[in-house]
Parts: sequence; structure tokens; C-alpha cells
Amino acid sequence: MAGYTEDELKEELKSQEYEFGFTTDIESEKIPVGLNEEVIRIISAKKEEPEWLLEYRLNAFKVWQEMTEPEWAHVQYEKPKFQEISYFAAPKKQYESWDDVDPEMKATMDKLGISMDEQKKLTGVAVDFVMDSVSVATSFKDKLAELDIIFCSFSEAVKDHPELVKKYLGTVVPTSDNFYAALNSAVFSDGSFCYIPKGVKCPMELSTYFRINESGTGQFERTLLVADAGSYVSYLEGCTAPQRDENQLHAAVVELVALDDAEIKYSTVQNWFPGDKEGKGGVYNFVTKRGICHTNSKISWTQVETGSAVTWKYPSCILKGDNSIGEFYSVAVTNNYQQADTGTKMIHLGKNTKSTVISKGISAGKSQNSYRGLIQIHPKADNARNFTQCDSLLMTDECGAHTFPYIECQNNSAKLEHEATTSKIGEDQIFYCQQRGLSEEKAISLIVNGYCKEVLNKLPMEFAVEAQKLLAISLENSVG
Amino acid sequence: MSKTLLDIKNLHAEIEEEGKAILKGLNLTVKAGEVHAIMGPNGAGKSTLASVVSGKDGYEVTDGTVEMDGADILELDPDERAKEGLFLAFQYPVEIPGVSNINFLRTALNEIKEYRQEEPISAKDFMAMVREKSALVDLDAKLASRSVNEGFSGGEKKRNEIFQMAMLEPKVAILDETDSGLDIDALRIVAAGVNKLKNENNAVILITHYQRLLDYIVPDFVHVLADGQIVKTGDKSLALELEEKGYDWLN
Repeated sequence: MAGYTEDELKEELKSQEYEFGFTTDIESEKIPVGLNEEVIRIISAKKEEPEWLLEYRLNAFKVWQEMTEPEWAHVQYEKPKFQEISYFAAPKKQYESWDDVDPEMKATMDKLGISMDEQKKLTGVAVDFVMDSVSVATSFKDKLAELDIIFCSFSEAVKDHPELVKKYLGTVVPTSDNFYAALNSAVFSDGSFCYIPKGVKCPMELSTYFRINESGTGQFERTLLVADAGSYVSYLEGCTAPQRDENQLHAAVVELVALDDAEIKYSTVQNWFPGDKEGKGGVYNFVTKRGICHTNSKISWTQVETGSAVTWKYPSCILKGDNSIGEFYSVAVTNNYQQADTGTKMIHLGKNTKSTVISKGISAGKSQNSYRGLIQIHPKADNARNFTQCDSLLMTDECGAHTFPYIECQNNSAKLEHEATTSKIGEDQIFYCQQRGLSEEKAISLIVNGYCKEVLNKLPMEFAVEAQKLLAISLENSVG
Repeated sequence: MSKTLLDIKNLHAEIEEEGKAILKGLNLTVKAGEVHAIMGPNGAGKSTLASVVSGKDGYEVTDGTVEMDGADILELDPDERAKEGLFLAFQYPVEIPGVSNINFLRTALNEIKEYRQEEPISAKDFMAMVREKSALVDLDAKLASRSVNEGFSGGEKKRNEIFQMAMLEPKVAILDETDSGLDIDALRIVAAGVNKLKNENNAVILITHYQRLLDYIVPDFVHVLADGQIVKTGDKSLALELEEKGYDWLN
């Protein structure tokens, strides 16, 4: 497995797909590589979608064709060749058997303390796990059903709750929002849908983990989460285990709707394959995440980003309703040749709206890590408040940390605070820890976790513990 | 006869980047149960000695040996030296934001225990130990749960160093100018803490500029370090003599 590259993985998967993946009828249809109206019609037909959704996709495709790929982010990469991508991926079966899974990946999962069953599940290998997790997932779903909470795949939602999907789809991230959002709207494969009814407090963390065994969500994931008036939900996305994927380009869209007095807490741990030590391979993660807050509501984004070769991601809040609150807590780690351009937008439209932004960037190796944020106060947003703190920690002399904070204020009653620091991890700190008996790696892990504490504290407990381990692993041997 | 805990022979060391020799053939033997004071003018190499013995980066040992408990430690990483029982109370204790003192010490203690193939300490025993040891240096229990040294006053930082020493129970403790920046009350508290911790199985090396500390922690030996060597050794009276006459008369 030495020198195992993403390309080799792709090759391997190609042959596997041929052998195990496609069902015969799909194969016989031979959906061509590339993107045109015909392909979109096939996707929609395959998913047995209603006419309005097909129209939605076709319109998005038209919009997308008029757009150009954005270049303002502080990242450099070879642009994907959109006509060489297959837009209808087979259900993923990444590895035929446990023995085929990359040993390095197994080792990482061991370090994360992930059980063998979960490991198999996460690598998409096993069949035997299914019985187990289905029962877990089923009892979980029963509980939710009692409260009329809907939590299912996007495709299921289109079939079972078309009125809800139609009402909210594209209302937060319009098709024309940006190049990747438009692309996603045209070709999205699947994703998650969640609806919390009025006044319901969801009693458990909703996690995509519970439906990982369902068919692969693919590279163009679509998530729509609606919290009806007075409801509460905490939603977890992603997992700490390294995720490899044959698709290099990932362009997901996440839309959150918090109606009056509702609260949504959305936590992400992202660990897509970042490429090898020379920066080859690796996933491009171009994600549009946005939430809209109605009166007295609150949306809180928490993210721990350690993966992907290139990340372009700005979970944002539109504070439309009076007294609404938006929060963004982020840790972004880049190592080797990774590039991340991430941050948030807080759009203050309503009166007495408040936002908090805490961003912790950690750059190691030869990586580039940028924070990009926009705080926008509209004329009617009386007494808006924002507090922004963005800190950068440098682990080596060869990496970069950049901050691009934008503030647009059109109301004089606004109170805006911005704090930023850049520091290099202290040799003094490391030596101090070592003198007390901590190995260098333990010392770095402790110092970095301390640095990120404000953000990690916002994660649900079990997730936080895993995220801490993940940070340590992502930064192994990274001080220079 | 008591056991030799630290044995430094003909130690030569230089600053790596500049190639500048700082220690030039230093000899020092410290036995169990002893307190040694090292005094000397600025730039004599006192803090370098502490750094080299504890394994800080940036120094190169060009000659000589340092043995602890009979084993060479110069090839060991700083954390291994600590695990072998060496403790350095820093002249300028370092702040580690976001890491609580308690978490820090528990991690350190369990790392040391693992190295010695002992069971990790239980949360209950650990907290009992924290209460007992923090009382030794009159350290507010609240400080124990705050981030390591962050926002501590100068005196609190120094007391925290002695608190850590109490928690980790080292064989050899080097106190690098622990008295600097302390008012007389804090000095008494720190000294009382050290006095309670010393016993017939461990040893303390005090690096200091001032005789004052030695009124509270009485040394068995006073050494004068000048130009990278120990040029004179005596008992407590030597410190008083230095206070009166300065260092020039030694040359």
C-alpha cells in the first residue's frame, strides 16, 4: 500500500464499481460523463422526482451555465473539468472487504478509538454490521416519529413530504447564489432532510451517522433543515474518521430555516481526505451553508475542519427577524499542502440582532489557512451587535495564516468589535510541558486543544472528545 | 553515606546558534537530602546550567557528563528526564491558555506514572492530592482550576511552580531564581513549601542572586558560578560574605 494515491484508489474503485456497484439496468442505460439537460433529466427520472423538482434542476442548470467559477478565494488549485465528471454515481461500495482498506486509515481510526464495527461501517465495507445498526437506527426513528419529527434522506423527503421540501428548498440559498450552489441545485444527488414541528424540542442529537448505511449521498449533497416556531434541534454532520472518496469535487449545499423562537445548533466535523504529504489527490470541498433566522430565533454553527485539500466554506446567518442571534465557532486545521479559505457571513437585517464569531485557525506544514468574514449591518438593523475574534496559530515557518475581515455598517447604532491575534506555537510552552513529563506530541496536543477550547466546548460532548483526538492526529509531527 | 542523585562532571556547553561557550568544565555533585545554592554574577551561566541539565533545545553539550541516580541523562528528551525525576521551577513560568492547571498536572502525573509502569491516579485521589499540596504553598484552590499561569500574578506563578513540584514529587528539583519578583510574604510561603517538600530522599538546587532566600531555605552548600565554572564552594556563610563583598574579590 506504500505510495497509495487517490488516483490508484480511483482506479481500484472503477474496477469495483464495474464488478459490484452498478445494478444492471443503470449500467445498460450508460449515463454519459458530462453535464447537459439530458443528464439532469435522467438523474431526476432515476429518482422518480416530481415535475417541479425537475424544473428546479433545469433552471439551476441554465443559471449555472451563465456563471463562472469564483476566483476571489485565497486558494490555488486546478479547476475541475466539469464535463469529465459523472453526475450520477453508483451507490458507493468503497472496499470489497476489510482487508482492502488502507492500513494507514485503519491505524488512524484505531487512534481515534473507533470500534471495529464502526470502522467497518465508516469505510462502507461490511454487510454484517447492517443488522446491528439498522436496529439502532430504527429505535431512534421510532422515538422521533412519536414527536412527529421528520428526519430522512432528501430523496425520501421529496417522495413523502413534497409540500415541505417545495416550500423551503432554495429559500435560503437561492440557485443563483454562487457557482457551486447553482451546480449543486442542478445535480444534487441526495442528502438529509429534517423538520422539527412547532414547539418540539428534539430530545437527541440528530446525526447523519445514523443513516450512514443508507445509500451514499454522493458528491453533491443537499441538506435542508427546518425548525418550526419554538422548536429546538441539535444536528451533527460528518464524522472524525477519515473519509476517502472517489469524487474529487464536493459541492454541498446546506440550508437552515429557524422560524420564530426556534433554535438550531449545527455541528460539523469534516475530515475528508486531504491529499498525501506532497499535496497530491485530496478532496475539493466547496460548500455553501447558510441559515435564516426569524424573530427571536437562533442559529449556531460549530465546525471543526481538518480535512480536504481545498476548502471553500462560509457557514452564514441571515438575521432577518428582530432579536435573532447568529453564532459561528470554527476550528480550521491545515497541514502539509492543504488550503482553507473559510469563515462566515453575518447579515443583520432585523433590530437588536446579535452575532458572535470565534474562529481559530491552525496552520502547519506548508499549508495556507485563511479566515474570511463579512459582518453586514443593514439600515434597519437598529442596535445590532457583533463580536468577532479570529486567532491564527502557526506551527511552522513555511505555512501561512491570512485574515480577510469585511465590515459593512449602514446603521450608526451598531456595536461591532473585532479582535485578531496571530501567534506561533511557543517552543517555551512545549518545553514547559515536556519538563513536566509530557512528550512533545502530548504537549502539542494539549496546547492546541487549549487554544481551541472555546470552540470545542460548543460541540456536543462525545463529538468534542473525538474532535480533540482528531486535532492531535492532524498535527502529528507538525512543529518546525 | 547518602546516594548521589545528580552528578555533573566537566560539563562544557555552548549556545547552538552562536557557538558561544557558556559552561566551561562545571563540576557539581548533589546527594540525597542536600540543598545546594548556586550564586554568581549575571551571565555566569546559572540559567544555562538549569536549561542544559533539563534538556532545553538550543544548547549543545560539547564535553562532560550529567548523571542522575547513576544513569547518563544527556541523551534523554526533556520529558524523559522529567519522568526520571528531574524538576525545574522556571524563572519565567509559561502560560498555556485554555489548559487548566488541574488537567495539565493530571496529564503530567499520569504520563510519569505510565513511564514508571504504575497505575494512573484516580480522579478522587488526584483531587485529594491537589487539596493537600495546594495548601502547602497557600495556593487558592480556584487557581488550580484556572488555565496554567494565565492571568496569574508574579507571586502566584512562582507558588504554582512549587505546587507543581509538590504534585510531581521529583528526586532533584532545580529552582531557577524562584525568589525573583517575590515580596517578603510570598518568599516566606514559597520557602516554607520547599522546606516541607525536602527530605532525605530528594535534593534541591537553588539558583539565586540573593542571600535573602537562604535565610528561609538553609543550604548545605553554597557554590559560586563564574564564567562557566564553579569557582568557590562553601557553607551558608559564603552567601553572607558574597552579599557583603560582591563577586569581584573572587577573581
